[in-house]
Amino acid sequence: MTQINVRVDGASYSDDVEPRTLLVHYLREQLGKVGTVVGCDTSNCGACTVHLDGEAVKSCTVFAVQADGSEVTTIEGISSNGTLHPMQKAFHEMHGLQCGFCTPGMIMASIDLVKDNPNPSEDEVREGIEGNLCRCTGYQNIVRAVQQAAAEMSGGSAADNGQVSPAAVDTAAAPHVAVQS
Amino acid sequence: MTMTEDPATTQAPEKEVGKARLRKEDARLITGKTTWTDNMVLPGMLHLAVVRCPVAHAKITNIDVSAAQQSPNVLAVFTGRDFKEEQGSIPCAWPVTPDMVNPGHPSVAVDEVNHVGEAVAVIVARSKAAAQDAVELVDVDYDPLPVVLDMEQAVASGAELCHDHIESNESFRFVFDAGEVGTGQNTDEAFANAEVVVSRRFVQQRLIPAFMEPRATVVQPQGDNYTMWSSTQVPHILRLMLAMITGTPEHKLRVIAPDVGGGFGGKLQVTPEEVITLLVAKRMGKPVKWTETRSESLMSAHHGRDQIQYIDIASDREGSVKGLKVHILSDMGAYLRLVSPGIPVLGAFMYPAIYKFPAYRFDCQGVFTNKTPTDAYRGAGRPEATFAIERIMDELAVELGMDPLELRRKNWIKAEEFPFTTVAGLEYDSGDYDTATQQALELVGYDELREEQRRRRESGDPVQLGIGFSTFTEMCGLAPSRVLGSLSYGAGGWEHASIRMLPTGKVEVVTGSTPHGQGHETAWSQLVADSLGVPFEDVEVLHGDTAISTRGMDTYGSRSLVVGGAAVMNAADKVIAKARTVAAHLLEASEDDLEFTGGSFSVRGTPGTGLTIQEIALATWSSHNFPEGVEPSIDADATFDPVNFSFPHGTHICAMEVDTETGMVKIRKYACVDDVGK
Repeated sequence: MTQINVRVDGASYSDDVEPRTLLVHYLREQLGKVGTVVGCDTSNCGACTVHLDGEAVKSCTVFAVQADGSEVTTIEGISSNGTLHPMQKAFHEMHGLQCGFCTPGMIMASIDLVKDNPNPSEDEVREGIEGNLCRCTGYQNIVRAVQQAAAEMSGGSAADNGQVSPAAVDTAAAPHVAVQS
Repeated sequence: MTMTEDPATTQAPEKEVGKARLRKEDARLITGKTTWTDNMVLPGMLHLAVVRCPVAHAKITNIDVSAAQQSPNVLAVFTGRDFKEEQGSIPCAWPVTPDMVNPGHPSVAVDEVNHVGEAVAVIVARSKAAAQDAVELVDVDYDPLPVVLDMEQAVASGAELCHDHIESNESFRFVFDAGEVGTGQNTDEAFANAEVVVSRRFVQQRLIPAFMEPRATVVQPQGDNYTMWSSTQVPHILRLMLAMITGTPEHKLRVIAPDVGGGFGGKLQVTPEEVITLLVAKRMGKPVKWTETRSESLMSAHHGRDQIQYIDIASDREGSVKGLKVHILSDMGAYLRLVSPGIPVLGAFMYPAIYKFPAYRFDCQGVFTNKTPTDAYRGAGRPEATFAIERIMDELAVELGMDPLELRRKNWIKAEEFPFTTVAGLEYDSGDYDTATQQALELVGYDELREEQRRRRESGDPVQLGIGFSTFTEMCGLAPSRVLGSLSYGAGGWEHASIRMLPTGKVEVVTGSTPHGQGHETAWSQLVADSLGVPFEDVEVLHGDTAISTRGMDTYGSRSLVVGGAAVMNAADKVIAKARTVAAHLLEASEDDLEFTGGSFSVRGTPGTGLTIQEIALATWSSHNFPEGVEPSIDADATFDPVNFSFPHGTHICAMEVDTETGMVKIRKYACVDDVGK
């Protein structure tokens, strides 16, 4: 057993773990952070994506001991005071999920993507989240969600760089979303 | 509405159905607050790991579990011999022919293994890691047997056998001959007299459904009662089947499908692991959890498709089709699972598709091989049929030198010919293939694409353009119970719903269909909001728990909204009928004088004086002032059994660029028009 000290979703934990324990198993089984799920246990599907010191990682491919002294953020730690993170809100509004099993990983990977590229094109979104698999949606609405969130996170200026505004594209698909003219 | 409004400017309340509502399900799914089966933690819970065989066909000569039993935190190790008397056989609910051969499917192999990944032993430990560690310590001796992999070889004479105790690798031979049944002419004569016959062999590859959420099962024993949580599409069917094969009385077994992360047919099953988890929980008297790894899932969850199709089509030189012969080999894998044999048989009725064939013969052999069993996957038998008929129509068009669309149009059922009974005996209620196809042609810009194709061909452009068509119809909304009965399926095809009117005016809708991503909670709320005239937000949809949703046939076969939604609507009608009696009493009016609009009963001609159905729910609960001799409840149940399938249609057109020098292909344009009805 090895002792680790880790902050997860803003709270500090000190635990003994086996050196072989994966971060995802530590989160789920020792901390009860079951919002983060295991889809493939082989780094293929990305369902287990969390942030380790602000960077997206597949937590089935990180040992818990590697998180010692680090800050981990999961899907359970991104909304504040009941207000959804813009990425969560966008997945909801753009119908970016069906069964929802891939969604925590998708959202965490997408937040990291938008941090690095605040205004991604459709191709950049597709490339940026290619490590996350969804079996239900066909990705169309996931891409729309990421672009909408990116626009909101950067102050709603997606149309300013010569690209098509995602909100304008999405009117037909999501008429419930108010489009700013 | 208030009395001061000008009646001319008041509008009917906006309908919920058709409105793009944000999904109710999302709140828990986007925040990580949901209840996947693997999230379950119960006091004293034990963990299972399954030892799986690495060979496709062998005798088990010895299993040494002693090292595993002594591994730290391991409480028990079971083999097939331990469960031999109680595990029964994984059920096959669809014996498509009376003489179908079912070799039996033990949950844990006893003497013989028949595909890679089959369970041979089970470890029970205090943690999942401890159980996994002990898997490595189980020592199994296998005596290899010949392996059957190729279906064509498997049904040839002198083939090696996939199971030790069967006489041939053929499980069943299902034949539908329209000439014999009386829905068409004699097929042999039609082919003998035909001017043109085209024959082809198509291969439907085997695939893996690959739901995102790995399968997981938790069983909690409480005395002689057992609660099972499982990542399943079919909690109701699972409960019944587990009762039948393990002898656990049905009323002592509760099955719950919590949030389920996708199925695609892959969780329409009664799995060995569900049986194993139940048996281990019984033995240990403790809650037990099994969650698969993805590797296990790929080997042991059922696969889909895997057919070889031999298709013959007959026509005259002008392109009027005269007959269709279909012979398929359908790979069952090593065992028959829940509806394995029924999958290709569903296709039997779909090969004639939207076309008017005067003669038709379907002949299907179900074949055993030493591979993972196959079963339902997306469309289940029907898309395979669509693929084959559309391919053979293209091949015939080439043979005749005809435009592939022209050939299809010449032979499909015209809008004025509905209802139309096909040569396969199905009555299509409606369709308008010309209109949908015309729209698809306009969407894709067909004439321009054909012109560009001609130019590229003439100029010898290295990048050529191909244009592909597919039309389809599918028998959806499974299914009229009497039809299922005639096909020897073990269950009915109805769906159940109940509506409970709570005193605060909130509404609980209980549905027997079981979502795993489809969004029932949102869609059913919309249906009920419209029917009862209550706010969308006031409706809660409950599902997937056999103690709450007591009757149900679950979700598969394009049935949930068509069949389950109809049951909900019928239940709502019954609630309104009951509430009408109460409203008449409270308003001191005759029931015949009441009208029900926008969720409110009022005496005809006196708007604004009425009672809402939500107020009636409260009055019913208190029952202080209630009509004589009427039971104090306006709740209702309904069971809907469809009289026919529904037959949606679509036309898809794809333009594809092919680089003739490199072989690189690129989709240039894809248009599809699906006609889903009103």
